[in-house]
Amino acid sequence: MPPLPDHHPLDTDAFSAGLLDPDRTAPAHVTGPNGKGAVKRYNVYRNNVTVSLIDALADIFPAVLKLTGENFFRAMAREHVRATPPTSPLLFEYGKDFPDFIAAFEPARSLPYLADVARAERAWLTAYHAADAAPLDPADLAAIPADRIAGARFAAHPAFAVIASPFPVFRIFSMNRDLMDLAPVKMDDAEAILITRPADQVTVTHLAPAAGRFADAMSQGLTLGEAAGLALETDPAFDLNGALTALLSAGAFAAVAASDHGGDQ
Amino acid sequence: MTTARPLVRQGAASKTHPHVSPDRFAAATTLKAENAVPSAAGVGFKPDHLTAILDDPGSVGFLEVHAENYMGDGGPPHRTLERVRRDFPLSLHGVCMSIGGPKPLDEDHLARFAALCDRYEPGLISEHLAWSTHEDLFLNDLLPLPYTEETLDHVCDHVDRMQEVTGRRMLLENPATYVLFDNSTMSETDFLATIVGRTGCGLLLDINNVFVSATNHGYSARDYLAAFPLAHVGEVHLAGHTEQEDDEGALLLIDSHNRPVADPVWTLYDEVIAKTGPIPTLVEWDSDLPEWPVLRAEAESANAILRRHAPSAPKVRHAAPA
Repeated sequence: MPPLPDHHPLDTDAFSAGLLDPDRTAPAHVTGPNGKGAVKRYNVYRNNVTVSLIDALADIFPAVLKLTGENFFRAMAREHVRATPPTSPLLFEYGKDFPDFIAAFEPARSLPYLADVARAERAWLTAYHAADAAPLDPADLAAIPADRIAGARFAAHPAFAVIASPFPVFRIFSMNRDLMDLAPVKMDDAEAILITRPADQVTVTHLAPAAGRFADAMSQGLTLGEAAGLALETDPAFDLNGALTALLSAGAFAAVAASDHGGDQ
Repeated sequence: MTTARPLVRQGAASKTHPHVSPDRFAAATTLKAENAVPSAAGVGFKPDHLTAILDDPGSVGFLEVHAENYMGDGGPPHRTLERVRRDFPLSLHGVCMSIGGPKPLDEDHLARFAALCDRYEPGLISEHLAWSTHEDLFLNDLLPLPYTEETLDHVCDHVDRMQEVTGRRMLLENPATYVLFDNSTMSETDFLATIVGRTGCGLLLDINNVFVSATNHGYSARDYLAAFPLAHVGEVHLAGHTEQEDDEGALLLIDSHNRPVADPVWTLYDEVIAKTGPIPTLVEWDSDLPEWPVLRAEAESANAILRRHAPSAPKVRHAAPA
């Protein structure tokens, strides 16, 4: 499409630039009736855009809001909204850059786990809207001959996500979304959080770091044997059967395929 | 010399806009009777009210949803919509199509909207005379446009495209606005009437928006409604507004959808329905959500007015003037 002529009556460049930049004045051609001013009038649109996007982030990241407090959260979100406004008309896709923004946000340095909590919250909403699929039936796994299990590869369920953290991310997430009673945590308790949607409700599950690495490796298409090897690097006491059972019952996978040739692990 | 009448009155930009018969969507839209939205009150559906609504059958004639909330691939939103759709006719209301913008519509977004039409068979579909995207930015508000021949051409192209892709007649909603443009060359009502004539779309008359804009810009809401092409209105919206001040300290109303419908808006609604007869009427309440009985009572107020002006209602005989 050719560029719009300069004289187009709706200058969307100017109108939209001012919406996210409080230092700009109202665009040309915008006016009140009978020569009245348009500063407060144009500010209604500014306010609608900024506040509605901050509200959208508050809806997506309620645990982050609870951890920081309302005023801190809204100030942090305002900076993010102005720096990174949404590019999709689907607001439930917004905020994917917010965890990295939080990680680099100097005033939030005293809450080093905050970005990982935000990653878990963003993954929660993605899981909520993910495509429908039946979780893997454990019988499908049982049907694979024992000598070919190690080479089996799993397809992650569309709602699957795992967030690994050096902090107790599962408990901080759960306690701040009213899923778990408040209790002290040790900040060096590393945890992973598994996010799945069995029976069509988003579910969060605690995983130890080795099980988190295992789940992540399986979701990326590594074989069961390769994923177990990585998990054993993280923790020599890694319990393969326990981790696999937990992942299957949480609906982490949608399908499994045996290797074409047995015993490759 | 032919005497055949053109399907639609000749407009200024007839070369760029082939005329379209208003009934061109009659064939494409094989609307089953049970999917039709009745001329009764409905409400904007909020999942918070799901259980209360299902336990209160007959309370409202239809439900309206914002299309974008159901554009995810799967999950609980679709289970919820499938469930309410079993009990209620549906109006599918888009809020992000950016029909009022200068750029072509987002084809991906159109495809998502059309897929929802196919899946949920809404009895009505609608969008706004507004824009909300710019380049790759989504601004999440219904932004205003000047009313000129050029913007009219864009809007008509966009309405045509949306009707083409969905295979349905759409309703276009009049906006609530806070600013005017000094380069507008026609009134909002003329602008809307011309779009109807060129595209065959219908209109969604938001009477709260009329009251808000009229107050903000210092004109009479009754004059606006007198000029509005009421014969093409397929749905009415009612909602609450809040009060602020403009630069001169005068009243500036905000279309906030967080309160009951204001008394003057009910009065205007009564006057419109007296002229048109019953029309599907939606009560919108989008933030600071009330308990279900409060919203239900708003819908019942609309139903009372609709019943009063129903063709079968007994007419009150007025004494002849002396």
